Amino acid sequence: MADKAADKSMKENRWLLENPYRKDFPIFRSWEGAYLDSAATAQRPACVIQAEQTFYERHNANPLRGFYDLSLEATDCYEKARRAVQEFLHAAHPEEIIFTRNTTESLNLVAYSYGLHNLHAGDEIVVSILEHHSNLLPWQMVSARTGAALRFLECGPDGTVTDEQLSEAITERTKLVAVAQVSNVLGSLMPIEKIVKLAHEQGAAVILDAAQSAPHLPISVQELNVDFLAFSGHKLMGPMGIGVLYGRRELLEKMPPFLTGGEMIASVSRREAVFAPLPQKFEAGTVNAAGAAGLQAAIEYLQDIGFEEIQRREEKLTEYVLRGMEEIPHIHVLGSKKAKEHCGIITFTVDGVHSHDVSSILDTDHVAVRAGHHCAQPLMEYLGVPAAVRASLYLYNTAEDADRFLQSVSTVRRRMGYGE
Amino acid sequence: MENRTFYNAVLTEHNLHPMYKHDLEDADFTLEGVNPSCGDHITLKLKITDGVITGGAFVGDGCAISQASADMMLELVIGRTQKEAVRLSDIFLRMIKGNASEQEIEELEEASALRDISHMPARVKCAVLGWHTMKEILKEASGTADQ
Repeated sequence: MADKAADKSMKENRWLLENPYRKDFPIFRSWEGAYLDSAATAQRPACVIQAEQTFYERHNANPLRGFYDLSLEATDCYEKARRAVQEFLHAAHPEEIIFTRNTTESLNLVAYSYGLHNLHAGDEIVVSILEHHSNLLPWQMVSARTGAALRFLECGPDGTVTDEQLSEAITERTKLVAVAQVSNVLGSLMPIEKIVKLAHEQGAAVILDAAQSAPHLPISVQELNVDFLAFSGHKLMGPMGIGVLYGRRELLEKMPPFLTGGEMIASVSRREAVFAPLPQKFEAGTVNAAGAAGLQAAIEYLQDIGFEEIQRREEKLTEYVLRGMEEIPHIHVLGSKKAKEHCGIITFTVDGVHSHDVSSILDTDHVAVRAGHHCAQPLMEYLGVPAAVRASLYLYNTAEDADRFLQSVSTVRRRMGYGE
Repeated sequence: MENRTFYNAVLTEHNLHPMYKHDLEDADFTLEGVNPSCGDHITLKLKITDGVITGGAFVGDGCAISQASADMMLELVIGRTQKEAVRLSDIFLRMIKGNASEQEIEELEEASALRDISHMPARVKCAVLGWHTMKEILKEASGTADQ
């Protein structure tokens, strides 16, 4: 009976087997497993790897430094990448795009440069209970140093936030709200429009952690009207070591530098320095120009395919996996029942089996998933789940990957010594 | 599709039906061992009389490897001298690193079921948690005995 249903759904999803994008990813030529850990880092298409290599082979010099043609060429590559990111985020100005190493560095930049200088005792910082540690620890630091209180925006077990929870958290004392657009554990979406409206009514700045959303959703910082936004290149198929901070120009202009040193100055005397204008003020030291070129290639690759197609695939495959998991006893998926509300992230527990053991068993079947607390311990504590397994999908995953995963998960309890 | 795992029958039996996972009220030594990166933790309790481990138990929470390994360890060392327990834990720790002889591994009795962990670098710290905790206790115990 179940076999028949699976057969039927397999036929319906036949088009998922024919994944036209998978061949773009060289890793799948040598590694034959089911890669279901894209929320940790995505795989890279050949065009991204090639873009980095091309930079080093043909345009490499220290950007923004030399007056010779090669350095100008390197600068040009780097600034083109900045404009590609500007367009990707629909930002008003290119200098609102600051290149960093990753989301964590972007969030720390805002915490150190904006947070420490704009928050005071009596103020409140609001973070959601869903936050990844990288959007929590910087604000714990700001709270400890400035005396501003840290408040939590609570959520339901599926990650949804009610209007009451919002108005309870965001008050006239709120000066800063830092939230993830998509939870890295539940895949749920935060009501950003409402949060921004409430926060701005109180004169508070909004920082959006887009690490999990930027790879899956089209983003317009102007439409969202956020003050800062951070994401990592490597989660949207770009290289590791390149990340982005978007900041509203008038805010960035007033902020002091985060790191100081080379390439971020206008002039330096023995005792003081005049800092360079945006965006160089926030990009101290030699920049990751090859990484930026790779990120641009990733963005172009994403744009060529289009978010509509990416979401359609992810949603179909997520639904297929969720339906398959419903058939397996002793499995509990965290978050929404609807595929649409998962952003490709499926986090689950298996009764009586620790998440690390589940992940090890899946590994022997060549299924790569993440296990543990997912750097979101406050959320896991709230959900009453100390550790869980996370499978996360992206556009290169196939129904074959999903089947391999479902097959392996269905055997976990038996292989751990439980009877049927 | 289904491949052999290192979760063999001995390991899963110790995990699902541990003999020594309970409290021990009149313990002489109690020590907590934690793997901060994965959250595995155990509280190990030992009774030691005249240099001999006369009783032992543990409570804790964590993956099957960490919990089964502690249970196997207690099964092996209870009734043995402290010195013998230290020698056996050294063999175990070497086995996990892939540096123990067949003859030595045989001495570990059921704990030898964890030998394949040597191919699983990510899980080594799970397997050795109980053993490191016991070695710490034994170090303390021999210190007090010397005084």
